[in-house]
Order: sequence, then structure tokens, then C-alpha cells
Amino acid sequence: MRHILIIGASSAIAERFARLQAVKGERLFLLARDPERLSTLAADLRVRGAAAVEVATLDVDNLEQHGDTIAAAWQTLGKVDITLVAHGTLPDQRHCERDQREMLAALQTNATATLSLLTELANRMEQQGSGSIAVISSVAGDRGRQSNYVYGAAKAAVNVFVQGLQNRLASSGVQVLLIKPGFVDTPMTRDFPKGPLWVQPEVVAKGIAKAIERGRHEVYLPGFWRLIMLVIRLVPTTIFKRLKL
Amino acid sequence: MEVFGWGRYPRQQAALLLPRSARELPQLLEQGAGIAAGMHRSYGDSALAERVFSSRAMNHFLAFNEATGELRCEAGVTLADIMDAFIPRGWFLPVVPGTRFVSVGGAIASDIHGKNHHLDGCFSQHLRSLTLMQASGEQFVCSPSENPELFHATCGGMGLTGIITEATLLLRRQAAADVEQTTYKADSLEQALALFENNPDASYSVAWIDCLASGRKQGRSLVMLGEHASAGGARQQPGQKLSVPVDMPRLLLNRYSIAAFNSLYFHRQRQHCATRRVSYDSYFFPLDGISQWNRLYGRQGFVQYQCVLPKATARQGLSKLLDAINRHGAGSFLAVLKLFGAANENYLSFPQEGYTLAVDFKVEDSLWEFLDQLDRQVLDCGGRVYLAKDARLSEKMFKQMYPSWERLAEVRALTGADKRFSSRQSQRLGI
Repeated sequence: MRHILIIGASSAIAERFARLQAVKGERLFLLARDPERLSTLAADLRVRGAAAVEVATLDVDNLEQHGDTIAAAWQTLGKVDITLVAHGTLPDQRHCERDQREMLAALQTNATATLSLLTELANRMEQQGSGSIAVISSVAGDRGRQSNYVYGAAKAAVNVFVQGLQNRLASSGVQVLLIKPGFVDTPMTRDFPKGPLWVQPEVVAKGIAKAIERGRHEVYLPGFWRLIMLVIRLVPTTIFKRLKL
Repeated sequence: MEVFGWGRYPRQQAALLLPRSARELPQLLEQGAGIAAGMHRSYGDSALAERVFSSRAMNHFLAFNEATGELRCEAGVTLADIMDAFIPRGWFLPVVPGTRFVSVGGAIASDIHGKNHHLDGCFSQHLRSLTLMQASGEQFVCSPSENPELFHATCGGMGLTGIITEATLLLRRQAAADVEQTTYKADSLEQALALFENNPDASYSVAWIDCLASGRKQGRSLVMLGEHASAGGARQQPGQKLSVPVDMPRLLLNRYSIAAFNSLYFHRQRQHCATRRVSYDSYFFPLDGISQWNRLYGRQGFVQYQCVLPKATARQGLSKLLDAINRHGAGSFLAVLKLFGAANENYLSFPQEGYTLAVDFKVEDSLWEFLDQLDRQVLDCGGRVYLAKDARLSEKMFKQMYPSWERLAEVRALTGADKRFSSRQSQRLGI
């Protein structure tokens, strides 16, 4: 039976991932903002077969809370086999362009909070000498583009930080997995028109589980995004800056 | 955005609201009227309105009692979710419809039936209770013993009493996942009906009927009886191997192609009678394997006409219906015939003792008058039409077919549901 810590547990992908683990009879510790939602989630996971589900509230924007919350999770679980960092918001790019505070808030939730949590997590996992840290980033972090560069910048910060962790923790027995989903149909992307590239959160959750099993360090989900982003990264700037992506 | 039912006709511009829990509903209700929707598997306009309260995000299990098989869950949980989670643990649903992609809320609101109605009745007959949110935003627990009027109005009530937020279902123990299927070739309607009559204890029965065969071959069908296998067979994850990703051209399904398909399908079994073991999914949900099969009917969509005829008039009545369908020249590539047991106490529940026939028709100008004609035949036989499939039934016909509509209307008026919950269908039917 494995011990799994999920930050941002009420996000669509995290929920599907938690369900996959519950069916396997694992033990789960969920962190999210809303206690009622946490309790519904916990009930669902118990019915599906989780060995045990514990919850605690965490607003990732309260940076001072991170240390204590993670300490409490470790206290309860003893050992943590997998941590999934899944919280996030999708800011309105145009609003962020006009409103500095909104831009800073987006960066706080999607970059600063993540890096702060990872700092705690990395130290604990390193001490433990085993386990996996899986971080949900995005293809948006691979290259800045006019339609979402605030979100992209935050994810890019996460990407480089995680690369650093991978380097630091390489010989410590800890797996660090960077997850880059493409377009996923979730409440976060509710207002976007959906097309053929869009997938359901279940698909991404399954991909994450598989990547963790296989000890991967980076995964694009679905896989075809690796090729798409390779092309996007290779387009020369003189051309790229004139595109309307 | 545009919303539509499984028949893809009619379509409606709607605001699709996605509350993540029942807590968010009262505020949405205050903002205006609308109708609840789950997976949009009803065929017509029962879940169409300018505002649609979708249960898609309310999809959590809440509690399960291993000793009794009672499962409490939110209304957006689908039967597929339940089966995926519980069949491997040795449980199944006592009543399942022809597709597993329906929500619990939808299953209750349409009071769905399956291939075992003659023995096990409708979905609502295996509910311990349901929780209904009324126009006021208050929630009420309803069951045959608690708030019974509200229960009987809500089961089969097409969302017109409020929003179902939760339900407690009774699952049934079942060791094996496979079905022993015995298929008979019936060369005529007489033979098909005789097979149903002579196998009243078959756990499951359904006939795929060639609705375009005429003369002595009229009503030729493959009658498939089913029993749960006693042991073995872990359920394989059902996939969708085929898909129809775009609308097919109008002409693809026409009298000739359909007749040809039906012929081939009827003759795919050489023997008069054959038994084989099939997977759960292929017996109960044969069409679920083809993703978006409803697109075969093209962009303008189709209407499914499902009616029930009482036993006494069924033989003649079905024959007349098949005659009419033949003369009209259009029909579906497989029509379905099933045996029903007695009706229950729900006000708008569809099944009554007799035989039910379901046929798909492509949407075209000549369809409306033709279906009105079928309505008259059905009414003359003492039967009625299924609202979950309906897209065009008239108010006059509806009120004659469902005399208990007045009891639903009373409940609606009493609870204020008439001001808050309505669909294009309810407006057309005058409830």
C-alpha cells in the first residue's frame, strides 16, 4: 500500500489521479482550499477502495502555511511515496496585461507557491531517500506566446526549478517528474472552445500514473504534444513573433 | 453554446451551467428558470432549455454499504462509473438501459427500463431514496415512504419537479460478468411474440426487429434471451473501437441501405437457435462500442419513436405499425422490441404491461404527419409514447396517453416548480 500526497486535490486532473490510486487501495492525503469539497472527494475515494483518506485545508497562496501543512501531512503518513503537485489557476491574459496585481497574483499561485512547496517537499523526500515528486506544469511553459505568456512564464519558472531538482536529487533515490499536459477539458478551461486536440482529464491522469511507474522525468500528455512543442520551439523568432498563436 | 439530445434534433442555444456541488445550485436557481441535464442521452428536447443545470461535475460516490449493496451517490455519477467501479467487486445494477452513458439523475428522471422490465421493473423501483432540490433551493429526501407524492412525480418526471442532487441505489450481487445469450431467428412477428410469451422467466430478453420486412416476413427478428453466467469472465474494459467522428451525408441511411443492412443482420445467424457466451457490455450495450453512432443519421438528426402497446392489442397493433412504417418507406437499421411487465405508480412512467417498439426515423419534412398518424394508432390501442425519446408529441396526445399528468401538474404548482423548471418538451406538452 502506498502513501500519496496530493496538493490541489480538487483540480480535475488530481481528482482523476486520486481515483486511480483509490482503486488500487492506496492511502491518500489530500490538500485543497475548500473543506466541503475535500470531504466529498474523500467520501468518493473511500467508496472506490482507498485504504484511508485524510484531508487538510491549504490555500497555496498562504506561503507561511506551507511548512506546517506539509509537516502535518508527513506526521500523519509517516512516509510519502508519491507527491502530486496539481494546484493552479488559469489567469485571463488580457486582464493580466492591464492589471499588474492580477498578473502578480497569477505568478504567486502558479510559480511562487509551487516553488515554495517544492522546496519543502524536496528536502523531505531527500531525507527520506525514496519516492516520487510529480509536478503538473504545462506545454505553455515551453515558449512564451501572446495568448498566454503570464501563465507560460509561471510554468517556465516551474520547469527550470524542477530541472534543477532533478539534477540535485539524481543520486538520492527520489524521482522528480515534470508533467506537461496540452489542452485538457476541465472546469479551468471551461470557457475555451474545444477542438480535436482536447482530451479529458482521465487521459492525463492515466498518463501521469504510467509515467510515475516507469520512472520518467518528463512527460507530455498526450504524447503528440512533444512533437508539436518541438516544432514550436524551433520556429525562428523573426517568424514566431508575427504569428497569432 | 448549442445543446441537443442524442437524436441531435432539435438544437437549442443554451447557457450550460456546471455547479461542482449542490451548494452552488440555489444561487443559480435564483438567477432564473431552466432544466437539469446529465449526459444528454434523452433523444429529443426533454433536457433543452435556455439554461441547463448540468450534473456533469457532481459525479462523486458518497457511501457504499457492503452488506446491503446500497450505494449513495451524486446525481451526475454515470451508470458506466458505477459498473466500472462495482462489477469487478461482484455487484451490478438491477436495471440498465441500452447505453451505459446515462447519469443517475437522468436514469431516475426518465424512469428508465432495460431488457428485464418484465421481471424487474424500472430503475426507480430499485431506489432506496433520492434527494430533490426544489425551486426554493431547499432539498427534500423522497422515497415511496417519505414524501411519496414528490417521489412518484419525480421518477419519470423529466426534471420537472426540480433537480435531483443525490440518490441511494440498491446494487445486486452478481458473481460473473458474462451473459449466456440464446439467439432465436424468428421469421415473423408471430414467431417473435411467441418466443417472448414462451420464455417469461428469461432474465433478459430483447428482439432486434427488421421493421422494413414486409408480407409474410413482417416483423422478422433476432430474439436474444440472456442469463447471467454463473462463474468466470472478468469484465474487460470496454473500448470504443469504432467511431463516427463526423456527420454522415443525408443519403447514407435510406430505404435501400437500411433494408440491405437489416437483411444481412437477420441472416448473420444461420441456425434457428444458438447459444453463446458474450461479454456483459456486448449484450447490454451493443451500440456503446461505436462512438457517436447517432451521427450516422446526418447533420439534421433523427427522432426515435418508442411506444408501448398493451398485451391485448399488441399483436394487431404492432402489425399495423409495421405496415405504416413500411408504407412510409423510412425506418431504422434496427428496431427494438421488448416485453414489459406491469406499470408502477410514478405519474409519468412509460412502461405498462405489453410490448414496446422503438424505431429511429431520419428527420425530414414528411416525418411529422407520419408520426402523428402513429400516435393515433398507438392511442387507439391504449398505448403511449416514451417521453425520453420524444421530440414532437403534441399536448393533446400526451394528455390522453398519460392521464396522471394532472397529478404532476399539481405537484409543480404546489412546489413552485412550474415557475423554475421547464424544458422545450414540457412547454410543448403543456405541463
